[in-house]
Amino acid sequence: MSMREGLIAVVGDKDSVLAFKALGVDVYPVDNEEEAKDRVHMLARTHSVIFVTEQVAQWAAMYLKRYSVRPYPVVVPIPSASGGAGLGLAGIKANVEKAIGADILFDKEDK
Amino acid sequence: MAKLNVNPTRMELRRLKNRLKTAVRGHKLLKDKSDEMVRRFMLYIRENKRLREEVEGELQASLSSFMLARATSSDAVIEEAVAMPATSVKLGVSSKNIMSVDVPVFDIKEGDVSELYPYSFAGVTSELDTSIASLSKLLPKLLKLAEVEKTCNMLADEIEKNRRRVNALEYVMIPQLEETIKYITMKLDENERGATTRLMKVKSMLEERKDGDK
Repeated sequence: MSMREGLIAVVGDKDSVLAFKALGVDVYPVDNEEEAKDRVHMLARTHSVIFVTEQVAQWAAMYLKRYSVRPYPVVVPIPSASGGAGLGLAGIKANVEKAIGADILFDKEDK
Repeated sequence: MAKLNVNPTRMELRRLKNRLKTAVRGHKLLKDKSDEMVRRFMLYIRENKRLREEVEGELQASLSSFMLARATSSDAVIEEAVAMPATSVKLGVSSKNIMSVDVPVFDIKEGDVSELYPYSFAGVTSELDTSIASLSKLLPKLLKLAEVEKTCNMLADEIEKNRRRVNALEYVMIPQLEETIKYITMKLDENERGATTRLMKVKSMLEERKDGDK
C-alpha cells in the first residue's frame, strides 16, 4: 500500500462533484459511460478512495466488482445532487443477505 | 453418498481414518471462524447502515444548497471560487487484518481548517459558504463510511467463501470418508469371516477323510 498516498477522488456529473473541489479533493466530472469507466479505471491506480455517484457506480460496475476483492481502492457510491436511488443501502442489504443468508437488519429496524 | 474409489486394505483404512480426523478438526475450526466473522460483520454492518443513512441525508442537503448557490451566481463565478482549494485533505492509508481479511484503515489528518473558504466573500452568496462548510464537516464521515463499507463488503465475501468450505467439508467430504471407512471395515470383517469359515470347512473335510481312512 506504500505507493498510494491516500488521495481522494470524486467522480460524477458536474452538478454533484463540483462542490467537493473546494475541499481539496480531486474532482473528475464525467458525462457518459465510456468516460466514467476510463476515469474510474485510471483513478484506481493512483487514488485510495474514490467516491462515485450512483450513476457512475452503475456504469463502472464491472470495475467496481474487480476492486471489491482487495483493500484498495475503496470505491463508495454516493447520491448525486439530483437524489439517490438507494444504491448504497441496497448494497448493504445485499451484503447482509450474502453473509447471514437472510436480511435480518432491515426487517427488524424498518418497521 | 458415493464412497471413494479405494482398495479395501488396512493401510487404506488407516490413511482414511487420519484424513477423517483432519477433516473433522478443520470443519470445527472453520465453523468457529465463520461464527466469529459473522459476529464482527454484524457490528460493522450496523455502523455501516447508520453512517450510510446519515451521510446520504446530509450530503443531499449540502449538494442542494450548492445547487442553490450555483443558481444565484453565474457558472464562471462558482467555478472560479472553488478552483483553487485552500485546504487539502491528507489521508493516511494502511490496512488491518480482521479474521485473515485485509481491510483498509484510514487515518484522517485534518487539514488547516482556518482557511476553509477558498474565495473572497464579496464575490459569492452565502449559500456557497453554507454548502462548503457542511460538506467539509461531512468529509470525515464520508471517509469513515468508505472504510466501514469496504470492510463489510470484504467480510461478506469472505464469510460466503468460508461457508462454502464448511459446507463442502460437512456435506461432502466427511460423509464420503465415513462411508468409505465403513465400507472398508465391513469388507475386512467379511474377509475375516470368510477365512474363518474356510478354515472350519477344511478342518471338517480333513476329519471326514481321516474317519473314512479308518
